[in-house]
Amino acid sequence: MLNGPDRASLGRDDPASPLFSLRHVTQQRGDVTILSDLTLDLPRTEVTALIGPSGAGKTSLIRLLNRLDDPSAGDVLFDGKPITSYPVFALRRRVGFVFQRPTMFDGTVADNLRVAVSLGAERQTTETPDVARVLEAVGLDGEYATRQADRLSGGEQQRVSIARALMTRPDVLLLDEPTSALDPEVAERLLSTVVQLSRDRGVAVVMVTHRLSEAQRASTFTVMLEAGRLVEAGTTKQIFSSATQARTRAYIASTE
Amino acid sequence: MTAAGNTLDVSYVGLASASALVLVAVAISMWQQLGLARGFIVGAVRAFVQLFAVGYILVYLFLNPRWWLVLLALAVMLVAATGTATRRRPGKAVRGSRRVLWTISGSAMLLSAGLTLAYVTQLVVHVRPWYDPRYLIPLFGMIVGNAMNGAALAAERLASEMDSRRGEVEAYLALGALPARAAAEPVRRALVASLIPSVNGLMVVGLVQLPGMMTGQILAGQSPLLAVRYQIVVAFMLAGATAMTSAIVVLWYRRTFFTPAAQLAARVPV
Repeated sequence: MLNGPDRASLGRDDPASPLFSLRHVTQQRGDVTILSDLTLDLPRTEVTALIGPSGAGKTSLIRLLNRLDDPSAGDVLFDGKPITSYPVFALRRRVGFVFQRPTMFDGTVADNLRVAVSLGAERQTTETPDVARVLEAVGLDGEYATRQADRLSGGEQQRVSIARALMTRPDVLLLDEPTSALDPEVAERLLSTVVQLSRDRGVAVVMVTHRLSEAQRASTFTVMLEAGRLVEAGTTKQIFSSATQARTRAYIASTE
Repeated sequence: MTAAGNTLDVSYVGLASASALVLVAVAISMWQQLGLARGFIVGAVRAFVQLFAVGYILVYLFLNPRWWLVLLALAVMLVAATGTATRRRPGKAVRGSRRVLWTISGSAMLLSAGLTLAYVTQLVVHVRPWYDPRYLIPLFGMIVGNAMNGAALAAERLASEMDSRRGEVEAYLALGALPARAAAEPVRRALVASLIPSVNGLMVVGLVQLPGMMTGQILAGQSPLLAVRYQIVVAFMLAGATAMTSAIVVLWYRRTFFTPAAQLAARVPV
């Protein structure tokens, strides 16, 4: 599925077209509206940050991008095509997801990484990424491969989660507050790794964060959400220096 | 099953004096304020009424053996068992609509208990005529009773494992895993939980207590060795039927936790 014409027609040759587009997206859980008529383009860029107060719908939004959830109404486009037009299992291998709290599978770090490869239908036809090189990309040396995954520290587990997601050779990596459970110094290093990884491997990162300093430092594009609505989106430089919306300026000021 | 002659009768006076034993339980409950006295009394009355009702139905069936009457009785037993297996117990999270669970458990028991009963009565014991209620009804009762517990345990455990391992299941899905792979561990644990009683049952059979059927046969004057043979058949039959029921319930129920797009279905309030 992954190696057919789909991958070839990725649209990467058209850098101006958005990576993801949301068209009038609404997400409801029972009576609660989590995302409200959201229309938004996410450009092809290295790192996109989703910011906004808690309850803004940041996590709910990125969960739509690899179809962990589907919206109650509206359309999500990936590479210009409805996201539902891709086979969901293939989509999830092209669009990786790293959760806020890492979940390690049983066994060693290498086991965790190899499981990711074994889940796909493509393993016979494409070369599998080398465990040691992927670990290196997330800043863990090869010695980690044989360690028991569930005995690692929070920061190390989060790196393994990212490495595991990289094993499917994704084009996009969605990170849901990857540093929120880490202390600032560890968070800082993880963030540098993410930026580096995006540059070196050409993986587009879409990252939810509640730390504005992270967004400012790591991202090139920033989306500000509040109460399930888009406040504004623009280059990170523009959002942090001259946001057009008063609410964005207030939010940035309040957390500094 | 002859030789009722050398079995001691239980007279109505005897029954009345047996009720004194329930009164002991009632007394303890009142003394320690357990709040169970009412339950014991209602339960005792129900046991009396239900068992006598069943007794009269069985007498009627044995005197008028008709295949359709026997099948009707089996159907009633199956429906009652399905109702019990899918009853919501306080504190036990069983998700999905009760109707879905009813369909799953009922079908699983129909298939596995039906197959097991047919196998045992026709190929192992060679019951003639094939519908002889003297064999079909008690055997089916045992099979369905065990299958019912297996089904309830399996469903309950799967629901709680899917809940507590939500993060793991979703981590698999996010990597492009099929739902079957993502839920492999909850499924395995639910099956183990529902089958442990079967394994333990086989291990200790006869050591701690004589199984009900064997006890019955011995009380009715049968040779203990014949009773043993029957009991072995019964023990194996129960293990097989319970395993089959649990497997069907778990694998089918698992599907209800996922949407067609391999997403975790929204949590349904219990």
